[in-house]
Amino acid sequence: MSDLKHFRPDTAFGGKNEKRDLTSSAKKAQDPDAKLSAKDKKRIQLAADLGEAETGWDKFKILCSENKLAAASAVIILVIALMAIFAPVVAPYDPTKQDLLHRLEGMSAAHIFGTDQLGRDVFSRMIYGARVSLVIGLLPTFLSLALGTVLGLISGYLGKAADFVIMRLADITMAFPSLLLAMVVMYTLGAGIVNIFLALTFVSWAGTARVIRSQTLSLREMEYIEAARSMGVSKWRIMFQHILPNCLPNLIVLFTLNIPGSILSESSLSFLGIGAQPPMTSWGLMVSDGKQYLFTDPVVAIAPGVAILILALAFNFLGDGVRDVLDPYLNKQ
Amino acid sequence: MSEANTLEIRHLRTVFHTRKGDLAAVNDVSLTVPKGKIVGIVGESGCGKSMTAMSVMQLVRKPGEIESGQILFRGEDLLQKTPGEMQKIRGDRISMIFQEPMTSLNPVYTVGHQVEEALRIHEHLSKEELHRRAVEIFEAVGIPEAEERLKSYPHQLSGGLRQRVMIGMAMICKPDLLIADEPTTALDVTIEAQILALMKKLRDENGTSILLITHNMGVVAKMCDFVYVMYAGRVMEQAEVFELFRNVQHPYTAGLLQSIPRIDHVVDRLYTIPGVVPNLLHLPAGCGFCTRCRYAQDRCYEELPELREIAPGHFIRCFSTNQELSGKEESHA
Repeated sequence: MSDLKHFRPDTAFGGKNEKRDLTSSAKKAQDPDAKLSAKDKKRIQLAADLGEAETGWDKFKILCSENKLAAASAVIILVIALMAIFAPVVAPYDPTKQDLLHRLEGMSAAHIFGTDQLGRDVFSRMIYGARVSLVIGLLPTFLSLALGTVLGLISGYLGKAADFVIMRLADITMAFPSLLLAMVVMYTLGAGIVNIFLALTFVSWAGTARVIRSQTLSLREMEYIEAARSMGVSKWRIMFQHILPNCLPNLIVLFTLNIPGSILSESSLSFLGIGAQPPMTSWGLMVSDGKQYLFTDPVVAIAPGVAILILALAFNFLGDGVRDVLDPYLNKQ
Repeated sequence: MSEANTLEIRHLRTVFHTRKGDLAAVNDVSLTVPKGKIVGIVGESGCGKSMTAMSVMQLVRKPGEIESGQILFRGEDLLQKTPGEMQKIRGDRISMIFQEPMTSLNPVYTVGHQVEEALRIHEHLSKEELHRRAVEIFEAVGIPEAEERLKSYPHQLSGGLRQRVMIGMAMICKPDLLIADEPTTALDVTIEAQILALMKKLRDENGTSILLITHNMGVVAKMCDFVYVMYAGRVMEQAEVFELFRNVQHPYTAGLLQSIPRIDHVVDRLYTIPGVVPNLLHLPAGCGFCTRCRYAQDRCYEELPELREIAPGHFIRCFSTNQELSGKEESHA
């Protein structure tokens, strides 16, 4: 106090010290969070950000900035989808036009992935083949999801005989290797694109039904379902309007994760000759056709094979990304 | 049967069939809810109060089953109704609010949607009319900014607001009977007081009869016109509320009242009734309370006392009255 000239109000009352204390105690307060790994924290933060996002577009932007791999996958899927939709515009050649003078030409400027055994442009055929692969990826997945969801809801909510019958059917379909079962269905119904839908739906509904059933079993014990019943809501309405929306996160994840399986199954079936039939083409069929020339002209088989790989991976990564977002506490170990 | 009683339960017996034998969660319960009155059911956890309510709604789950008795609602026996008829009554003529406002609302819908649904199920109204009624009921239950709040999701509201929403849902069809299963147990005392006042106000405005289930004697004193004290599935004491508090005659009720903390008495330790509710599978042959009753005599273990009237409208299920018993103890001492 002797020299008031150097009096500084901020230090005189311990202002700075107090501030330091505050920050250190704030750090201590965060300590419980320290147990969480950095990855978990990021997930939780992401979920919080998403909750605050106003519009769907905002959410989408947050997602893309967070999970680059999923964003890239989405772009790849979009590009492939656009190419498939606008195939007549994008494809440089008619995919069915044969040119026997230029068979198995290998990669060149005129034919990016060369020509196949009948002189058809491989790249153009891949673009048209993407149509089949995408439709097969999406439609049977959608159908099997719808079928599995309805059966799972009935099984879980009504229980008793319905539950027993549906779950035993699910056990039976799951007891067979799915490709084998799909082949049995295809041989019975005959080859063709519609029958592929049916076969793949038939093979893959059981997994969905089981997931939705277990979800329904836990949801139907929730108080808000009890409350709905006390309000006089009918059981079908409870199943489809009260329980189903609560299963949506699971369904979205199942959807994205089932698509690559469908694409691969279609490729396998086509490769075995019971899927898409010429002149229609699919990537699986192209790999099958090209396999005879694998040692002399590998591009014919490898190009569509890599395309299958990329598309399946893209859907997988997208599915993972979606799952991470919908369930930030999932991988908490 | 006069229209003066909204609900009259006669000798209701609800049994759970378990592997170890049948247990009667509700055993020979008769109770009356007069029109426009609030009737309380009090008792410890597991005494059958919620099961009585669920029996009225006929929402008892397997392995539970209403074995015998009558549930007369405005003179008609609900137990004779088909499930379809019951569904029409639930939520429209009889509605229910639950203990946990946190979990009694469906998280995926806005509260407005849920309140409107309660109405939509039972009445065919236009969208505008539904909305108008929802706003109206929100205002009636004291939710500020009703228009805005209708668009909220349950997680955006506090517990007190959610319970108001639940009450709004229950009251929107102007039911004759409201069953409130521990409506304030999950709320803090200030909110509890508000919610109770709200229920009373709605009763006064609409003439709704209320069956209030609680374990809180304070709530009973504040709210009810008549009280039924239940223990191990049976009614132990029933009386008009002032009579009960002025003239407690069953040792069990006396124990319940004694265990209420009092602000004007300094005690080291709160009184508790010794022991726990007996396993309903192994009830003593006589009075269910004999194992914990400090006045129990040999006779109590062997013989079930009947409900007997000791004062006008005041019934107890005990061989002696508390007055006689405590008098005896004093003379022994």
